[in-house]
Amino acid sequence: MTKPKKPILRVENICKILGGKEILKSVSLSLNKGELKVLIGPSGAGKSTLLQCINFLIPPDKGRVWLEETEIQNRKKRDLYAFRQQVGMIFQDFNLFDHLNALENVAIALRKVKKMSRQAARDHAVAELERVGLGDKITLYPAELSGGQKQRVSIARALAMEPKIMLLDEPTSALDPELIGEVLSVIRDLAQGGMTMILATHQIGFTRSLADEVLFMENGRIIEQGSPKDLLSPDACSRSWDFCSRLNELHEEGV
Amino acid sequence: MDTIFFTDQLIPALNRGLVMSIKLIIPSGLIGLMLGIVIGTLRTFGHSAVRKAANGYATLFRGTPLVVQLFLLYFGLPNLGIYLDAYTAAVVGFILCSGAYHSEYIRGSLLSIKKGQFLAAQSMGFSTFKTMCSIIVPQAVRRALPGCGNEIIYLIKYSSLAYIITCIELTGEGKMIATRTFRYTEVFMVIGFYYLVLVTMASFVLQKLEVRLKIPGFGKA
Amino acid sequence: MLDALTAIFEALPYLLKGAIATSGIVIGAMGLGLVMGVHMAVGQVYGNRAVRWFVGLYVWFFRGVPVLVLLFLFYFGLFAIVGLNLSAFTASILVLGMTTAAYQSQIFRGAILSLPKGQLQAARALGMSDIKAIISIILPQALRFSIPGWSNEYSIILKDSALAFVLGTSEIMARSHFVASRTYHHLPLYITAGCLYFLLTWIGVRALLKLEAKVRIPGYSQ
Repeated sequence: MTKPKKPILRVENICKILGGKEILKSVSLSLNKGELKVLIGPSGAGKSTLLQCINFLIPPDKGRVWLEETEIQNRKKRDLYAFRQQVGMIFQDFNLFDHLNALENVAIALRKVKKMSRQAARDHAVAELERVGLGDKITLYPAELSGGQKQRVSIARALAMEPKIMLLDEPTSALDPELIGEVLSVIRDLAQGGMTMILATHQIGFTRSLADEVLFMENGRIIEQGSPKDLLSPDACSRSWDFCSRLNELHEEGV
Repeated sequence: MDTIFFTDQLIPALNRGLVMSIKLIIPSGLIGLMLGIVIGTLRTFGHSAVRKAANGYATLFRGTPLVVQLFLLYFGLPNLGIYLDAYTAAVVGFILCSGAYHSEYIRGSLLSIKKGQFLAAQSMGFSTFKTMCSIIVPQAVRRALPGCGNEIIYLIKYSSLAYIITCIELTGEGKMIATRTFRYTEVFMVIGFYYLVLVTMASFVLQKLEVRLKIPGFGKA
Repeated sequence: MLDALTAIFEALPYLLKGAIATSGIVIGAMGLGLVMGVHMAVGQVYGNRAVRWFVGLYVWFFRGVPVLVLLFLFYFGLFAIVGLNLSAFTASILVLGMTTAAYQSQIFRGAILSLPKGQLQAARALGMSDIKAIISIILPQALRFSIPGWSNEYSIILKDSALAFVLGTSEIMARSHFVASRTYHHLPLYITAGCLYFLLTWIGVRALLKLEAKVRIPGYSQ
């Protein structure tokens, strides 16, 4: 490597108090292009709040966010909307639009936000749905899809916006065990295709094999960070390893 | 029974009245629904002052008889130097009243929409306004449809009140003939039949609409 | 402004007497509607085909025709044909009562249908006749569930009672219209009338909320 890469996303000193409780205590992180960083940690650690603060779905009390050297002025609505278009977000409970079928779920933001023509949006949406293996399900409504299929539609919906980075908030936590694999394989394809991502998850095996860096969060802070090899091996003596081995005792996972 | 009374007097008069009734119902129904959607949205998402005002409006118009509202508009406003003709007063009264009732259904259905729907739209860069238009309102309208449909049916029936403020529609035309001929039973039976047909047709159309707009797994609020 | 206030002040005792008449109409109509509505609901749920058909037709008719038309039809037409010579006040109670009966029957019907099937079966298993089971097991539950719907119906009938003035019933609306056309203070008098209706709605709805809380069965709600 000739010179250090400039980070594509930089987050500094994010603080958030919700209902009198300090959820995030000055969290900072940065992400290079093509990196996959995995957030692990117990529930209530602040992972979900952190991800939602990054694209200001929850406005942070303090802290700054840069995307490619431009600081996001979240007070300027127009800038904020433009920023969010470049950051894809995947939710634990999918949040597909219940009144739209799979195709329309993917196409609606293309038409309304990106101002694409109906036909162009449709073509693009079909392509994205095919990419996540749902080319034959495009006319089905959310209620007619399985959990895994819903999450894949939501990934296609985010990808269709051609985001520079993606934030994935426990994308497999609401799924039945037999449906987790299909979603993880889509995420794996993304990672191998060079998508820049922050993933909050409890899937340790997946993390170990694909993460560039693991961030372990507890009580609103990132308390450990490093490569999976360093953090997630028995001789690391890390909090992360401790946590993961306890997770593994609870349920043996495949992946 | 002399059929001539029906064919020569009653039916032509009632048909004339029916046209007037429809002229009252259609604009009131459409604008009333739009007003209801706006007010219902403000009542749910407006800032505190706006919300209070919209709530106050809805409570006021839902808490008082439509007749009182019509009298205020037609007989009361001239006290302030505002003169509305009977038709305008009736339409304005119907719009304001049905808007208040619609807003109640819209509000209920908006409150039933999960927060995740907002989050997902916002995360893709939808502005608040666009989120409302493309995601929230289309869902809310579907959930509010049974209630709002009922309200349209009510409007059809309550359009008969226009005659009290001298806007002569179906009921008014019939009442004049009944008073002149003393044939109350026949006349009001026939008028009742006209309304029954209108209401039954409207229910049928609304049911069709509900089926058409139905989305799998997307039930009533 | 001052004469408007004076006009309201002078008319108030007169209007309050109208409020008593209005209350009388509403209480009478709601009572009649309750008695008829319960029978119709039971008939529609448990009755034979003829009963169900008849109740269905009744409901369709009274829900499809405007109250105003019903008032004229019965007061000037049908009541006279069957030889009833009624005062406008009584006629208003009967017509509004028959109308609300149609709506109330559907409230009660919905409540009965929402009860679990096992209730009737358990009562039958104890040797109760169907009538006894309906009276002592089904209705006590169904009527409790019906209170919110009934409260809604109360406020509708209260507002509809304003139409009784077209028959010449001397209630709030008739009286305020009478004073208004004498004094030309239309606006203040109709606003006062509106306030009186508002007050009566509020009192009734509060009372029914109290009733609902009073007859509530712990852990039992819909």
